[in-house]
Amino acid sequence: MFRLEARTSTPAWFNLALPLLAIGATLVLCSGLIALAGAGVIEAYGVMFSASLGDSYAITETLVRATPMIFTGLAVAVAFRAKFWNIGAEGQLLAGAVASCAVGAIPMPGPLAMLLMALAGAAAGAAVALIPATLRVKFKVDDVVSSLLLNSVIFYALMALIEGPWKDSFSGYPISPPIEDSANFPVLLEGTRLHLGVVAAFLAAPVIWFLIVRTTLGFRIRVIGENPEAARYGGIHVERVLISTALLSGALAGLAGVGEVGGVHFQVMSDISPGYGYSGIVVAMLARLNPLGVMPAALFLAAVMTGAEAMSRATGVPAFLSEVIQGTALLAMLVALLFTAYRIRRVGAAR
Amino acid sequence: MSTPAPLIEMRGISKSFGAVVANEAVDLSVAQGEILGLLGENGAGKTTLMNVLFGAYAPDAGEILVQGRPVTINNSADALAAGIGMVHQHFHLAPRLSVLENLLIGIPGKSGRIDRAGGLARLAEIGRQHGLMLDPGLPVSALSIGEQQRLEIVKALFRGARLLILDEPTAVLAPTEVDGLFSALRSMAAQGLGIIFISHKLNEVRALTHRCVVLRHGRVTGRVDAPASTTSSEMARLMCGHEIVPPAKGPSSPGAAVLTLDAISTSRHSGMALADVSLFVRAGEILGIAGVSGNGQRALAEVISGVLAPDAGRMTIAGKAVSRFSPREVQALGLGRIPEDRMTTGLVTNLPLADSMVLPRIGTAAFSRNGLLRPDSIRAFAEAQIKAYDIRCPGPMTRAGALSGGNLQKALLARELAFDPKVLIVSQPTRGLDIGAARFIHEKFLDMRARGCGIVVIGEDLEELLMLCDRIAVMYEGRIVGTLDSADATIARLGLMMTGVEGHS
Ligand SMILES: Nc1ncnc2c1ncn2[C@@H]1O[C@H](COP(=O)(O)OP(=O)(O)OP(=O)(O)O)[C@@H](O)[C@H]1O
Ligand SMILES: [Mg+2]
Repeated sequence: MFRLEARTSTPAWFNLALPLLAIGATLVLCSGLIALAGAGVIEAYGVMFSASLGDSYAITETLVRATPMIFTGLAVAVAFRAKFWNIGAEGQLLAGAVASCAVGAIPMPGPLAMLLMALAGAAAGAAVALIPATLRVKFKVDDVVSSLLLNSVIFYALMALIEGPWKDSFSGYPISPPIEDSANFPVLLEGTRLHLGVVAAFLAAPVIWFLIVRTTLGFRIRVIGENPEAARYGGIHVERVLISTALLSGALAGLAGVGEVGGVHFQVMSDISPGYGYSGIVVAMLARLNPLGVMPAALFLAAVMTGAEAMSRATGVPAFLSEVIQGTALLAMLVALLFTAYRIRRVGAAR
Repeated sequence: MSTPAPLIEMRGISKSFGAVVANEAVDLSVAQGEILGLLGENGAGKTTLMNVLFGAYAPDAGEILVQGRPVTINNSADALAAGIGMVHQHFHLAPRLSVLENLLIGIPGKSGRIDRAGGLARLAEIGRQHGLMLDPGLPVSALSIGEQQRLEIVKALFRGARLLILDEPTAVLAPTEVDGLFSALRSMAAQGLGIIFISHKLNEVRALTHRCVVLRHGRVTGRVDAPASTTSSEMARLMCGHEIVPPAKGPSSPGAAVLTLDAISTSRHSGMALADVSLFVRAGEILGIAGVSGNGQRALAEVISGVLAPDAGRMTIAGKAVSRFSPREVQALGLGRIPEDRMTTGLVTNLPLADSMVLPRIGTAAFSRNGLLRPDSIRAFAEAQIKAYDIRCPGPMTRAGALSGGNLQKALLARELAFDPKVLIVSQPTRGLDIGAARFIHEKFLDMRARGCGIVVIGEDLEELLMLCDRIAVMYEGRIVGTLDSADATIARLGLMMTGVEGHS
């Protein structure tokens, strides 16, 4: 017989081993589905790999995909550290996209436009995140529910905009007018889509890590997440720190939207985010809420997404396997996390 | 047939957690009708040993025999089946369910239906037999701590326990409730139950138990066959390996008042509110606040700590009026605070110990500059305190929750005293601590007193207050009913005042 026993300390190598284990388990579990869909498992994973990491173009595509998920992953990691349950990165991303697109459509010098787009997008995301945070602080409204439901509100508000007043009169499709060409983020490698926002994302992760680990705000975020009562008695304004966390989290999610507008789509449409906000939760969990871990975790999911599309074209396995893999990875990681707190012990079988 | 086999026997039990050896080759037995005391310093392995017996941990070695038959106990269900019941220090009750429902949880009734009538009858019977009366219809959330403990005991008896383990049951009880518990335990023993009783209060152990086993560093280092006729200092020597002498208290030479409360009243409070409380503490003296818990002590501590703003009244610290009542303000004025509940309002158990040690002062120049932490100073501070206070832990980065109670208390003390507070507010400073650790804490308080700190000690243990304090105020229903000089105070007199009788000094 086996049973779980509480651990007192977690070995450091677990931080690395657990995500790898979770990813390995995910690939094994999902191979069953691939087989069921009538494709060869090795072949399918091979196509996935070569399409996402196989050559330099594939790698740039994966990096571009990873960028919004780094931002939303950071947004979720920061929020969850403070136990502010921000499930609303998706809506905050959309708000950031709309705001930056509106700014980017105004003619002005390129660098200024990009800066203002980033500021507007971050501010819009922060403003959206402020709603569930305020509701929680003032009225004790559950932040999981309020931040989640807000995603739909914002999505349909965006739809109303691009179906109505903001509809691109030139194309006639339900998409917004494009931003000015001068506001398009510069491409870093000729012939690819690798844009400036990708670099920004990979810079943001260490900055956020520094903020969490090395600043007093980060200290307070960690403490209010672990024990708000001790924080309060220790003179920390718990509500104020929670609001700051929400603003930071929302701003990061908003930046995800900015990158998509300025570097990838140059306008806003209804499917500008295939759920990057929700993937941010998976990313943050895979990273164990460590901002540095967010980068590899986002790259993994991005590789799965780009790879799954190619695999679907090559082998006929439906592309939504990508979402199955994401979901399975989250579950596998949650199970793996159990082993940071518990170990399995054999207990005396028959004597 | 020779002598009957003991009710429970543990043979050669060993249990380690990683490198920590919690129990090593422990032998222990309890006979029917026997009350066995289990003694030992904080971290000696008492709780671990009992958790092994109750099936929470699998031992690394050793065996357990019930009436001479070896048994394997893998979980609490096995333990209950073997007739072993345990009352943990933190109760395992469902707060919204009634007393009767809590009793019947997990008990299969007739054809899938709960046998309420049978439960009621048994509850009444157990209550009559041992004086453990409980109102079956009350929700658990409405019970006092003492009543919840009673329910835990009844639950164990209801499930047919023949051995009852009680892990520091008196730490959460008022002195009057202790008497009730003891008479119930004696009555159970008289009916042939075996009882294992863990406590750090040696006078209780001497009054109640028939025999004691002493653990030290996980091993049995002593057995006491006649606790009633063994002195407390003898037992202390077995536990700690050396004599424990009470600290000498010098004469007091109080200076100016460092903390004054003037007609403080509060309205909203989850416990008892304060009504017109006035008191003062001078530099270099220790003021005790005695009272049965739940008479406003918590509100008093919260007001002084700046967590609860009063509706009326004034407070000064070191001569300056407190205006905003925030923890930061009172701390800046020179207040240090050692809370009653170390784990909930004191420390952050999941973060490194160093974080908890700098928590209240993280914004000061000592630990941060321009919003950036100074990790080296934080670490150096924690290391220095760990050394100065002999806090037993692998280092400043250890998870705070992994420390034993005594070491946590030392860590809290270290963090407050390092900044030379002018006033110290302390609640139940030695609850759950072994006598060596308690002695250490007392010495520190007397040290601070000699250096001109004014100290308020909120407590229920009258002996401790009498030993430590210069004056003792008694609280009853949110008011101060009187203040006595320690020289005039006796346990009897304080006890009377604690029931609301006015005292005059
Ligand atoms: N789950 C655990 N994991 C790791 N170490 C543990 C665990 N439980 C206890 N220990 C360690 O084992 C030792 C014995 O602890 P235990 O709780 O049994 O002591 P105790 O005698 O009950 O002390 P106290 O009087 O403070 O309650 C201590 O060093 C403690 O830190
Ligand atoms: Mg214990």
